[in-house]
Amino acid sequence: MGHYLTLLASNIVVNNFVLTRFLGLCIFFGVSKSLNASIGMGMAVTSVMTLSSMLAWVIYHFVLMPFHLTFLTTAVFVLLIASFVQLLEMVIKKHAPTLYNMWGIYLLLIATNCIVFGVPLINVENNYSFLESTVAAVGAGLGFALAIVLMASLREKLRLADVPKALQGLGIAFILAGMLSLAFLGFSGMISV
Amino acid sequence: MSNIEIAIAVIVVMTLVGLMFGIVLAFANKKFYIEINPLIHIVEDILPKGQCGACGYAGCMAYAEAVVINPDVQPNLCVPGKAPIAKMVAELTGKAAEEVEPKVAFVKCAGSVSKAKKAYEYKGVQDCVAASLLQGGPKGCQYGCLGYGTCVKNCPFDAMTMSDDGLPIIDNKKCTGCGKCKTVCPKKVIELVPIGIHVALNCNSKDKGVITRKLCTVGCIGCGICVKNCPHGAIKIENNLAVVDCEICVSVCSETTCTYKCPTGAIKNSIEKIEETSTVAAESSKNKTISN
Repeated sequence: MGHYLTLLASNIVVNNFVLTRFLGLCIFFGVSKSLNASIGMGMAVTSVMTLSSMLAWVIYHFVLMPFHLTFLTTAVFVLLIASFVQLLEMVIKKHAPTLYNMWGIYLLLIATNCIVFGVPLINVENNYSFLESTVAAVGAGLGFALAIVLMASLREKLRLADVPKALQGLGIAFILAGMLSLAFLGFSGMISV
Repeated sequence: MSNIEIAIAVIVVMTLVGLMFGIVLAFANKKFYIEINPLIHIVEDILPKGQCGACGYAGCMAYAEAVVINPDVQPNLCVPGKAPIAKMVAELTGKAAEEVEPKVAFVKCAGSVSKAKKAYEYKGVQDCVAASLLQGGPKGCQYGCLGYGTCVKNCPFDAMTMSDDGLPIIDNKKCTGCGKCKTVCPKKVIELVPIGIHVALNCNSKDKGVITRKLCTVGCIGCGICVKNCPHGAIKIENNLAVVDCEICVSVCSETTCTYKCPTGAIKNSIEKIEETSTVAAESSKNKTISN
C-alpha cells in the first residue's frame, strides 16, 4: 500500500510530468488561458491517460511480449491511443452528453499528445505491474491537472498585470512556467522510485 | 530471423493491429451513431459567427442547435444578423419571423479628457474594470466613461476605436448592436439605441445639477428645458437625467427642438443622421431667433 502511495505522490509532485519531465507542454500552454478550460483539460487528460495506460499494459504483456514484438511498442501504442481516444469520444457523446459538452472538445486535442503517449511507455520501460502502472498513470494525470490549474490561475491574474509589451502573451507565460518548474525541481530526489 | 523476415513481420503485425482497431472503431461508429439534424449546420453557416452571445446562447453553434430543435426558440434572436438573417433562419426552421429592431451601441457620455474633471491621477492597469475598482475610477463624475477602452477591446466586430480625447468612437456601419460592450462596461454608460432616433442624451450622470456642472462642462443638469420644449412629450427627467422615449422620438418627431434648447449641449442629434439633422436644427434655430 505504502509503495503505491509513494508512486502516486512521486508522479504528482516530485516527478511531475509537465514541470520536471517537460511532457505535454503544448496543451499546458495552449489551454491554460482560463481556469475552467484548464480544469476540463486536466480531467480529460487524467481519465484518458489512466484508461490508455491500462489498455497499453494489457496489449504489451499479452500481445507484444509473447510474440517478441517489443520493438514495435511505440508504433502500436500510437495506434492504440489514437483509436482509443476516438472510441472514448463516441461512447461519451452517446451516453453522457453533459460530460461531452464539458470536456468533449479536449479529448481530440490529446489524441496523440506526448504526455498521454509518454506515460504508458515509461510504465512499460520501468516494468511496472498492472496496478503499479495504473497508479502511476493516475498520479501523472493528477500532476498534469495540478500543473495546468496552477498555471491557469496565474495567467488569469497576469491578465490584469502591467506586462512589458515585448513579453505580453506567451513570452511571460514561458517565464512563468520556468519559475513554476524551478519550484517543482526543488522536490527532486525526495522520493526515488 | 533475417532482416527481410523482420520487415515482413512488422508489416503483417502493423496491418493486423491497424485493421483490428479500424474494425473496432467502425463498429463503434455504427453502434454509437447519433443523428444530428443537418439543418443545424445549415443554420449555423448562415449566422454571422461573431460568437457574441447576444442571442443568449453560448455561441452561434449553440443558438443554431436550439433554434432548430426547440420550437419555442425565436428565429430572430441573432442581433448582429438583423432582419435578413432572421428571415433566412425563419424560412429554414419554418417559424414566423418577427422584425428585429436594428440597434447600435451608443456611449452616453461626452465628458472627454478636456471637458470633464479628474478626481485623481490613475497610473494602474489600463482597463476600465480595474480602474473602476479604485474609488470608482479616476473621473470626477462617477457615471461617466472612464476611457480605458475595455469596450473597444471586447468588441467582436471591430466597430469601436478609442479617440485621442478618451472616449470610444463607434462605427455605426460596423456596429451590429450585439451589446457586448454594454455588458463589459463597468460604468454602464453604453446603451443600445434604435437606428434612426433623432436625438440622444450624451450624459449618464445622476448627480444633482450643481455637482454635474462642477465636474463636467457637457453634463445633463436635469434642468428640464428639453422636457418643456419637446412638442411630443418624448422626454422625461428621471434621477436628474433626461430620458428620451425612443419610440416616440423615432416615429413622431421631425424637428429636434430639444437639441438647441439644451443649455449644456448634453442632448445632441445622433446616429447616422448627424449631418442631416444638425443642419436642419441649425437652420430652424436661426429662424427662431429671427422670428423672436
